[in-house]
Amino acid sequence: MTANNHDQDKHENQANADSSSKKRRRGFGRKQPQGGPPPGSGGHMMMPGQKPKEFKKTFKRLVSYLKPRKVALIFVTVAAIFATFFNVISPKVLGDATSSLFESFTQGVGVDFSYLGNLLLILIFLYAFSSLFAFLQQYIMAGVAQRTIAEMRQEVNEKLTRMPISYFDKHSHGDILSRAVNDIDNINNSLQQALTQVITSVITVIGIIIMMLFISPLLTLVVAITIPLSVIVVRTIATFSQKYFKSQQEELGMINGHIEEMYTGHQVVKAFGHEDEAIEEFDEINERLYKAGWKAQFISGIMMPMMTFIGHLGYIFVSIAGGLLVLNGSIRIGDVQAFIQYSQQLSQPMVQVASVANMIQTALASAERIFNLLDEKEEPRETPADINLDALRGDVSFDHVQFGYEEGSPIIHNLKVEAKDGQTIAIVGPTGAGKTTIINLLMRFYEVNKGSISIDGVKLTNLSREQVRSMFAMVLQDTWLFNGTIRDNIGYGREGVTNEEIVAAARSAYADDFIRTLPDGYDTVLSEDATNISQGQRQLITIARALISDPKILILDEATSSVDTRTEMNVQKAMNELMKGRTSFVIAHRLSTIKDADLILVMNKGDIIEKGSHHELLEQDGFYADLYYSQFGA
Amino acid sequence: MLSILKYLKPYKLQVSLIIVLTLIGTLLELYLPTLMADVVDIGIVNNDIPYILRTGLWMLVCAIFAIGLTVLVNFFASRVAMGFGKDVRRKLFVNVENFSLQEFEKIGPASLITRSTNDVKQIQDVLNMMLRMMTRAPLMLLGGIILAVSRDQTLSLIFIVALPVLALTIYLISRKAIPLFGELQKKTDRLNLLLRESLIGTRVVRAFNRVEFEKKRFNQANEEFRDTGIRVNKIISFLFPSMMIIMNFTNIAIVWFGAIRIDAGAMQVGNLMAFLQYSMMILMSLIMLSFAFIMIPRAQASAKRVNEVLLIDPDIKDPEQAKAETGAHAEVEFKNVTFRYAGAEKAAVEDISFLAKPGETTAIIGSTGAGKTSLVQLIPRFYDIESGSILVNGIDIREMKQHTLREKIGYVPQKASLFSGTIAENVRFGAKDATDQEVMDALQTAQAIDFVNEKEDGINTYIEQAGSNLSGGQKQRLAIARALVRKPEIYIFDDSFSALDYKTDAKLRSALKEETGNSTIILVAQRVNTVMDADRIIVLNEGKLAGIGTHEELLKDNTIYQEIVESQRTEGESA
Repeated sequence: MTANNHDQDKHENQANADSSSKKRRRGFGRKQPQGGPPPGSGGHMMMPGQKPKEFKKTFKRLVSYLKPRKVALIFVTVAAIFATFFNVISPKVLGDATSSLFESFTQGVGVDFSYLGNLLLILIFLYAFSSLFAFLQQYIMAGVAQRTIAEMRQEVNEKLTRMPISYFDKHSHGDILSRAVNDIDNINNSLQQALTQVITSVITVIGIIIMMLFISPLLTLVVAITIPLSVIVVRTIATFSQKYFKSQQEELGMINGHIEEMYTGHQVVKAFGHEDEAIEEFDEINERLYKAGWKAQFISGIMMPMMTFIGHLGYIFVSIAGGLLVLNGSIRIGDVQAFIQYSQQLSQPMVQVASVANMIQTALASAERIFNLLDEKEEPRETPADINLDALRGDVSFDHVQFGYEEGSPIIHNLKVEAKDGQTIAIVGPTGAGKTTIINLLMRFYEVNKGSISIDGVKLTNLSREQVRSMFAMVLQDTWLFNGTIRDNIGYGREGVTNEEIVAAARSAYADDFIRTLPDGYDTVLSEDATNISQGQRQLITIARALISDPKILILDEATSSVDTRTEMNVQKAMNELMKGRTSFVIAHRLSTIKDADLILVMNKGDIIEKGSHHELLEQDGFYADLYYSQFGA
Repeated sequence: MLSILKYLKPYKLQVSLIIVLTLIGTLLELYLPTLMADVVDIGIVNNDIPYILRTGLWMLVCAIFAIGLTVLVNFFASRVAMGFGKDVRRKLFVNVENFSLQEFEKIGPASLITRSTNDVKQIQDVLNMMLRMMTRAPLMLLGGIILAVSRDQTLSLIFIVALPVLALTIYLISRKAIPLFGELQKKTDRLNLLLRESLIGTRVVRAFNRVEFEKKRFNQANEEFRDTGIRVNKIISFLFPSMMIIMNFTNIAIVWFGAIRIDAGAMQVGNLMAFLQYSMMILMSLIMLSFAFIMIPRAQASAKRVNEVLLIDPDIKDPEQAKAETGAHAEVEFKNVTFRYAGAEKAAVEDISFLAKPGETTAIIGSTGAGKTSLVQLIPRFYDIESGSILVNGIDIREMKQHTLREKIGYVPQKASLFSGTIAENVRFGAKDATDQEVMDALQTAQAIDFVNEKEDGINTYIEQAGSNLSGGQKQRLAIARALVRKPEIYIFDDSFSALDYKTDAKLRSALKEETGNSTIILVAQRVNTVMDADRIIVLNEGKLAGIGTHEELLKDNTIYQEIVESQRTEGESA
């Protein structure tokens, strides 16, 4: 987590929201393979779709992402048209073959094999090309969709790097992650499938209707009866099932939440003998889930059979009417057969269009969320000032600083602090006093509202953020390490460090010993959240990382109880090593640090209420004195 | 997969019904082309209009029956699949609820959650699909072949070529694609990991000016993901067109060879048309089957993971004849207790003996890994010990009912886990029937009353899951109130004051002292000033007892204790 979670309630809420991001994260992993439409892919339409607010605008913007791949998309469209075109003609040709067979049969003459052979050759050609173009269409589309999405993902990520810290404090990680992962995934799926399906479905429906009209307007009318029927069926089933799917989804969320909660608190559940209550509640939700679930499955499962049934109805009507028309002599038997095929091919794209419409809607809703993120205000870019930073001394001064997280409600009112090079400034105060605010301002994670902070007379705002931060190093209680080797994690402090420097830093940070006892030494990969080493050891690594960066000014957050006493001693020694000759701002929990500090800032409720040396503050007999004595006042 | 299907047993009847109904439905559907053939071969050829109409009516009846049956099958399949999911989910949950911490940690909460949620759903979905498709597809395949053969044996030989070719194509493509799906999944995970990492570490990344480095890492992972995604989709794009071409070429072959048969007078045109229909059905069902087979491995992995949990038999069980225990106070005694985590080489707690008396505070101190938490977790019997015994009022805890034992204990864990619900509900987790006044009193003692009162809804303030709308210190105080309201005979505080500042810590401890009366208090701590006043301090070192005594006694002659005290620089005491 961030620096924030042991100060300032407001920030703590946000910090803890990460646990809710865990809840959402579970869903990310499972991805359906993209690509070829699975059999009966009508399932999509069953899910309740989310609706985008500004359909047109979002659509246009989403389309603009496809522009660089215009040529490929034109190819895809052309291929889709060809594939469908060949596909639509073939039943008629096959029908002609059947007609020729039937006629030679009823007329009692031999089969006209040369005519038949020609027709079949044409068919081979049609089928082959239809498949070839269908393949090309999907093959090209694979690249188009994946590339577009990769670009979008990269854009989102880079956008995040330009966002002010306040954005991350205000939005939960779960929320941001869900946009960057789930929403982009939604768009990906619809790009991969919807786009090509729309093209093929529309062309298929139009093509089939033209072919049918061309063969027999009367029979077309017979088939046409079934079309409104399918529309009605699709509509009613979809609305019905959406209702149940929604409640299924809700119950699923409930039960997953219950399971997660009971498992995470397993120890407490056991300690307080709550197993039976937990099971009781589980049973209730499970039963509701079952009821909503089977209804949702049942109703959505009816869709395909119903469409098949309507197909069969069309089939029967065509068989009877066609049979009569053949007797009548108005059409040929092969045309009836072609009609049967057409009427069967017709229902599929209709289901598809319904499902695709839903997919597109979901994708647009997702796109809208992503565009909102991309449109968020960024930190203004700054050009580095032409100043030799190395020549600056570590004097830090706060000059009449006013600051508040919310506009118009300042929490620091008029702060004046002078810290000389090499001094130690302790920041103390009860939980939630806002100690990290000082860090936020020093590192320019947040900007002061009034007044200024300067280093050796240079105002922080005259430097670029990167320049400011290059003069600092932080060691926080929340030891953020990334998924990589210990070596890389220590080397994170500065670009282009040598191996020797890393080992030397580890040694000064009292980390070398324990690193060497690990099976892979410096090449030990720290797992996610680095759970394979202890909290204290993680802190030692972050100290080594800070040492490597060789900063002018240090920001330290002393360890409290999570570290055992022996490691704590090492951490303490390492911190002292680190603080030597550097201006240090220390969020202090330890008396020795506080007493030896050159200046103590006492914070409460966001503001600095007292400042001075240990003895001065004790003499004042104010908040600090109270805080200090209370420790042994029990 | 198979072993998990044993939970289908209660649905035996319904499953057999599904199979029978599917069989009849499929036969009816297969009958349609036959009737159509009759329309052509008898009706049209003989100019028999009434026959055409009559047969048409039959077709309609068949179709209606077929849809009716399918709807029924659907009904049963949905109920069976969802019921099965419900049962398995429940079995899993109940089993996990009975796990001791030992078993629980073997798999880990995160994995247990996925197994109880996603994995069960995965199996349930595949079962649902199998009940619909896997019964229908083989019957369709078989019926189609039988009817095709009965129509024209010679022409059916075409399938001997077509079917294996189709099967082989599907096999080859999926063999290439399936491992790539796995790879894609891994790369998705990597991408998510990086994204999450840089979100969590935004401050550190920016503090060290490593934005470019993070960008590079992300872009690389993104590109790898993209390239694999393109490869997968390219392979998949072969699948559908090649299936289509095989099916269509089969049809062409049927027409050509059918024409030869017709020319020879061995076949009628209507039959050929019906044959074409059968061929479609046969090939479609094969495709359906192969998709089902692709689905199964996915469920298989899930089934394996679920089964693993189901097969774990909780090893801590209640004794058959529990000893009743009625004391108003509880004395806790450890006699040569040794405990080791499953598979661990070193014992976590070794040969520990001590006596914690009612009305007294027993504190446990020592460095991380010294076994403090392990030791106190043995008292509510979260784990069973290897040797020695733990006695509560003289009775071995293994001879008591777990429920009876735990009722005596108010346990405050290191990590204050709260549950979603109101503050009052969370406190009442400790004692179901506590009155509002009792809840308020507990909050008062736990120094939580101030911040609770500050909330608009007081004790009815809703706490989000895992207490995410509270600070660490607030959560800890609520966890303490939860134990207090229980008015237990034994209190266990496992480093429960760590998130509190010194001032609150001190106030809380003095309030506790008044409240806990004759209870036995066992507390684990890191800070010396938290344990100083205890009647008895147990110093642990690497799982072994390094000393027992009061602060003064230990300060005199216990080097480890002296070291701890020294490291915390108690010179402030004189100030």
